[in-house]
Amino acid sequence: MATLTRRASTDTATPGTGRTGVRRALSSPFATLGVLIVTVVWTVPSLGLLITSLRPQQDVAQTGWWDFFAHPHVTLANYHDVLFNGGFGVSDGLMPYLVNSIAITVPATVFPIVLASMAAYVLAWIPFKGSDTIFFVFFALQVVPLQMALVPLLQLFSGGAHIGGATIFPALGMGGTYAPVWIAHTMFAMPLAVFLLHNFIAQLPRDLIEAARVDGASHFRVFRSVVLPLATPALASFAIFQFLWVWNDLLVGLTFTGGAPESAPMPSRLAQLSGSFGDHWEILTAGAFVSVVIPLAVFFSLQRYFVRGLLAGSVKG
Amino acid sequence: MADANNGRIEIEGVTKRFLTPSGDVFTAIKDVSFTVEPGQFCAVVGPTGCGKSTTLGMVSGLDKPSEGTVKVGGKVVDGITDGVSFMFQADALLPWKTVLANVALGPIFKGASKAEAQARARDWLRRVGLAGFEDRYPHQLSGGMRKRVAMAAALINEPKILMMDEPFGALDVQTKAIMSNELLGLWEQSRPAVLFITHDLDEAVALADKVVVMTSSPGTVKAVYDIDLPRPRGSVQEIRFEPRFLELQHQIWDTLREEVERAYARTAGGPTEEGKAA
Ligand SMILES: Nc1ncnc2c1ncn2[C@@H]1O[C@H](COP(=O)(O)OP(=O)(O)O)[C@@H](O)[C@H]1O
Ligand SMILES: [Mg+2]
Repeated sequence: MATLTRRASTDTATPGTGRTGVRRALSSPFATLGVLIVTVVWTVPSLGLLITSLRPQQDVAQTGWWDFFAHPHVTLANYHDVLFNGGFGVSDGLMPYLVNSIAITVPATVFPIVLASMAAYVLAWIPFKGSDTIFFVFFALQVVPLQMALVPLLQLFSGGAHIGGATIFPALGMGGTYAPVWIAHTMFAMPLAVFLLHNFIAQLPRDLIEAARVDGASHFRVFRSVVLPLATPALASFAIFQFLWVWNDLLVGLTFTGGAPESAPMPSRLAQLSGSFGDHWEILTAGAFVSVVIPLAVFFSLQRYFVRGLLAGSVKG
Repeated sequence: MADANNGRIEIEGVTKRFLTPSGDVFTAIKDVSFTVEPGQFCAVVGPTGCGKSTTLGMVSGLDKPSEGTVKVGGKVVDGITDGVSFMFQADALLPWKTVLANVALGPIFKGASKAEAQARARDWLRRVGLAGFEDRYPHQLSGGMRKRVAMAAALINEPKILMMDEPFGALDVQTKAIMSNELLGLWEQSRPAVLFITHDLDEAVALADKVVVMTSSPGTVKAVYDIDLPRPRGSVQEIRFEPRFLELQHQIWDTLREEVERAYARTAGGPTEEGKAA
């Protein structure tokens, strides 16, 4: 799942290539039919999810969600339960985990973008000895599986690193805070982020950047006023994929927070819920819907940035 | 800034080598020397790929020579040269900024306040004949108008050196003539030294005080001609019919033709490995 989402971003970050061919292929009647079928297949279960989450508990227990069209009883009690009561006999609801998820995901999306876009600019536009090597190392680090680095990283954070009696890296004492999750997500995102953004930023028109340099703009100034605005489509694409990945992530979040209510993200709580309330569909579907709504909002608010490339119409003649 | 610090450009024995991706050393220009006096309009002509843009890059400080030195105002160039402005074939305008904001960018990069920068940008837009277009975006302008904006953006910092890399290369013949006249008019007012790259010999002779002819790759200076046509020159369309213009033009073309033919034979002979000679 993780690799799938991350792969997909490779295509979106390089706009303009082969777009006309794809567009032509997508406008044939067969393609239209195919898209329709896929849409229905995708939408029906989501609709079922939404409807189940809105039905009273007895209805859900006795009939399937399609029965809703015959007996439309609507209630928001499931949402209230899952957010604030946590269901039956469990004190906490999802609410604190929802807050945690937002507090984890936003910085874990912003940090890698800021760091990676700066690194990408330096590697693409400032010639220095060894820049190719550094870029290659970044590229190669993509093959390190997250699962392999997870436990050593956790040990480093909680116990520090020691050789003999000497401390090389102190224990950070960040238990119970968001910081270890932010740092872990940022580190795991960097190789791909640098790689994608480098490829985009390296292809920006040389004239725009050199004209600003000759006008006396510092590298930081060029980065902020010229490169960042031009790279918005790539930044937005990466932001969406990183946001979705962090939002849906269970493994990193659970490992670095231990599932504690003060810092654990929503997926760890949803996993617990599905363990204890496997037969209470109305609770689970409401929880699932809460976790879907926020990424959807992010996607729709960011999509205009990558649909309308800023460079369109800039360099002609 | 156009202060007492003059804009004399001295290029002395400059060689530039690039490492190609396959690891070979490619000599772009070899032992190039020439001088541009302050306030002089110097055109550089030569076949494509002979290293004209490379030479400009080293005068502006964007690139370093492999051998030899480039001096501006008596000082060896190290880092970005002060008091230089650039104009390229593609106008370097930011598409998400208005015409006014684009022109104001130069002073802002130099540290001027936003209000001051905008006041000066307004003044320069008026001088290039674009009063009333301040709030347009670059893509809403014609090619000629975008050139005017680029010209205002290049001149607003009152450079002591103006570098132009085939600035009118993409324009149609009429627009090119109009823009050349405009450029001469603006240049007469502030008189920066100009290093003007072109592959159009007529344009070079009509505009410049001095024409440097470069050989095909690896580029060297083949000959330097002084253009003694009187200034102000008036319209570039009409100067083309003057006997002295034709005489100079023939003389330089005799030198240049050989190089152009050699460069042509090379490209016609098959694709070369370095295809980036834009
Ligand atoms: N960064 C570079 N790396 C390798 N070769 C280059 C580089 N820049 C220019 N060249 C080569 O140097 C030669 C001169 O290029 P250029 O100065 O752009 O020519 P011109 O402007 O006269 O057409 C070309 O053959 C080009 O391929
Ligand atoms: Mg060139």
